[in-house]
Amino acid sequence: MSTEIRYNEFVIKFANVNGSGSASANTFCARALFRMGIPVSAKNIFPSNIQGMPTWYEIRASQSGKLARRDGIDVMVAMNPQTYAQDLAEVVPGGTLLYDSSWPRTFERDDINVLGVPIAKLVARVFKDARQRQLFKNITYLGAMTLLLGIDIEVVTRLLAEQFRSKPDLVGPNVQALEIGREYLRANPPPPVPVQARASDAARGKIMITGNEAAALGAIYAGATVASWYPITPSTSLAEAFEKHARRLRKDDKGGLRAAVIQAEDELAAIGMAIGANWNGARAFTATSGPGISLMGEFLGLAYFAEIPVVLFDIQRGGPSTGMPTRTQQSDILACAYASHGDTRHVLLFPSDPNECFTFSAEAFDLADRLQTPVIVMSDLDIGMNDWVVDPLEWAEARVHDRGKLLTADALEQISDFARYRDVDGDAIGYRTVPGSHPDKGAYFTRGTSHNEYGGYTEDGNMHAETLRRLKRKFTTAAGLVPKPVVRTLSAKSRLGVINIGGTDLAVREAIDRFAAEGRGLNHMRIRAFPFTGEVAEFADRHDYVFVVEQNRDAQLRSLIVSETSIAGDKLVPILNFDGLPLTAASVHEAISDVLQSNPEVEEAVSAPLTVA
Amino acid sequence: MTYIKKPQFKHPGLARNSLGLTHRDYEGVVSTLCAGCGHDSVTAAIIEACFELAVPPHRVAKLSGIGCSSKTTNYFLNRSHGFNAVHGRMPSIATGANLANRDLLYVGVSGDGDSASIGLGQLCHAIRRRLDMVYIVENNGTYGLTKGQFSATNDRHSKSRRGAETPFDAIDLATLAIELGAGFVARSFSGDKQQLVPLIKAAMAYNGFALIDVISPCVTFNNHAASTKSYDYVRMHNEAVDRIDFVPDAKAITLDYGEGESVSVNLHDGSSITLRKIADDYDPRDQLAVLGTLRRDRAEGKVTTGLLFIDEAGGDLHAAIQTSSRPLNSYAMSELCPGTDKLAEINDQFR
Repeated sequence: MSTEIRYNEFVIKFANVNGSGSASANTFCARALFRMGIPVSAKNIFPSNIQGMPTWYEIRASQSGKLARRDGIDVMVAMNPQTYAQDLAEVVPGGTLLYDSSWPRTFERDDINVLGVPIAKLVARVFKDARQRQLFKNITYLGAMTLLLGIDIEVVTRLLAEQFRSKPDLVGPNVQALEIGREYLRANPPPPVPVQARASDAARGKIMITGNEAAALGAIYAGATVASWYPITPSTSLAEAFEKHARRLRKDDKGGLRAAVIQAEDELAAIGMAIGANWNGARAFTATSGPGISLMGEFLGLAYFAEIPVVLFDIQRGGPSTGMPTRTQQSDILACAYASHGDTRHVLLFPSDPNECFTFSAEAFDLADRLQTPVIVMSDLDIGMNDWVVDPLEWAEARVHDRGKLLTADALEQISDFARYRDVDGDAIGYRTVPGSHPDKGAYFTRGTSHNEYGGYTEDGNMHAETLRRLKRKFTTAAGLVPKPVVRTLSAKSRLGVINIGGTDLAVREAIDRFAAEGRGLNHMRIRAFPFTGEVAEFADRHDYVFVVEQNRDAQLRSLIVSETSIAGDKLVPILNFDGLPLTAASVHEAISDVLQSNPEVEEAVSAPLTVA
Repeated sequence: MTYIKKPQFKHPGLARNSLGLTHRDYEGVVSTLCAGCGHDSVTAAIIEACFELAVPPHRVAKLSGIGCSSKTTNYFLNRSHGFNAVHGRMPSIATGANLANRDLLYVGVSGDGDSASIGLGQLCHAIRRRLDMVYIVENNGTYGLTKGQFSATNDRHSKSRRGAETPFDAIDLATLAIELGAGFVARSFSGDKQQLVPLIKAAMAYNGFALIDVISPCVTFNNHAASTKSYDYVRMHNEAVDRIDFVPDAKAITLDYGEGESVSVNLHDGSSITLRKIADDYDPRDQLAVLGTLRRDRAEGKVTTGLLFIDEAGGDLHAAIQTSSRPLNSYAMSELCPGTDKLAEINDQFR
């Protein structure tokens, strides 16, 4: 075992029983490390259950900013006997396993330090109430961890005080519970742990936030006033965050709310209300996950065909069917791109982290209004529900909301022959009006049946075909408006590239950096929207082989690229992950390495990187 | 079928309402329904009600789902925006539209397929949220556009045109609406303009969810002798509990109905409804008694019509969720976006 101490580069994992109150203690740990200035990422790997099933919480601390999930646990806090065996196996050689030795046992590993703390017994001596005994066990192991890892106790107690600002009575017992764990380790000093935390400024200026909260704030900043939603993991916290922030930020001087949040009876009603509100000139959205997307299909087709803006957040989870509701995936790509029957297609945005959830949320409302069509923000459980350390949210004072071609009464006055669906400007987008704006101009009939340019019913085949052609042209307009990909060229000569979307980015970047360190330069493009911009084909053209990394079984992103661009499918090599966990760099590195090793012609296409990151 | 505009010619002698508008200003495109369809009479009653109330057409949003009834929103109020939603989902579109602008008059037209089958859930939830809208069900007991299948409002043992009997119980939308808390529930008959027009006017003035279940015979598929939704059947079994007169401005009118007992019900907007009772013991404000009467009449094969139930106090969704009194769609983006400085404060909450 090495005695060298590694600072601020480690993974801690808490193995708990869900419903035992562990989540807040574990979150305190992540937040304390962040407050110490250390970049962290926290992954809550939780069951679809209320009480009694295994749940885990992983914290990766990384001074160098490598914040993808990482296997190989440096310190395991094993509080769930049900999962001892698997938790034990995940600890790296030289690592530490802390467990509740109120019921002593042996662990079959001699290459790690097993640290028994009789947590339940210690807590029972001090606290009498059964619920308190349960809850304070968590704070007690947190106390032990502060001493074990060098986590600043001052920071932890300050966090506790902030957390219980409205219930100051709880601060004392919590501090006491922390002290129980610390006191035990002082009295029974463990062998030194080779990973340690120390104050840093690597995370200075950053924020720690979930994607759902950031997306909700994006909707607030975008001027959304109507949110209709149906509870479904992992999207629920987005709608709840919107309501929370609206209650603080959107009160008028009489106490009325300049927002309306409706918990709908189902996802069909949720998207229907959002469409109705957008049709009537408000900005409205709904948030859901895979099963909700399936239910919303018919309405999405209506909004596409009747050209009504609407913003939909899809916080993807493990499918198909009910699947793994509390695990992450990117498996709704095709279902969303072509949601609903007939020739439909929808604008998709792929944020990669909470910061981009904020900007893309605001952007989605502008795009929906500009393009008069649904815009789906494709987040996932990992981005949406986990705490990420990211750059602070930014809003330029000069930023102007783009309401698109929305005619006011004055503008209508200037128009002699209003036709809702006439392509006046050649961008395939007509001008729209909202009810009640002008006494005798601008009224039209919105329908899902085929219509002429005034909105009147038609069964004229040529007219129908022309509408479908125009809607397709509108997608060319869309491709010019959506966010462009982010390209990283590590080697101009390399004929190997990697394409990915969304929350896989940290793992992909880390894997690419690892290849670069090995002398292999892979270029990288993160796609941020569908329809694909020209850069996608250009990137593929510059490379002989492009690895497409995504979290689903069927290579859905790759399929979408093949069907929507001229890129030959045989140069797109799928790298797939669909176990429901946030992606690791190691798995990406391994999968790509396997392809390189077994395909000499692919291996030849890689050349030395220009820069080693 | 195409989009047929009616000629613009107006006879100079046409009556005008207080806005200076004629009936023609409240009409829509030419109906494409079958000749004699009850729905066209309902359309005419809506036009009449809007004309008499002098509703500014552009302040109305017309909403519907899918089916023959849902087509009719195109046949009235050409100057209003219309929305033909997907099948059974009009209530959610109406809810969203109403959330965006609480100041418009929302008129929904639906059918028994749209409301009692595929859209029953959305209807129920719109009612329990007290969405401020007029919801007219043109109830013909059949799926007309798909050529005559039974609907869920068909009475048990009533027969199709081909003689097949429905073995299932009917959903009575009026009773259901009262149970769910609708503040204004009426039933009428498309062939009874005298009753229907004032009911629609009162529903439009009502603050809250107003449902009118209009028996509207389908001349093509459900107007035969064995149907309980035919012209003849409804005329023979119509049990009117009251006759209503709608008074737009309560202050201007003295109640001077001499014959029989009358009840004046004041509405939120200052208007009132005067009910001339036909059934002696009927009080539309007594929910329990109303439900009893409806159940008894139904057992006896009677079609109870009139203003069946009214909750005078009213109250709507916006009051429940305390939205701003100003329509949400009237706020400029600058009034809704908290701005750059506020974001610095927000960022601090995540440190």
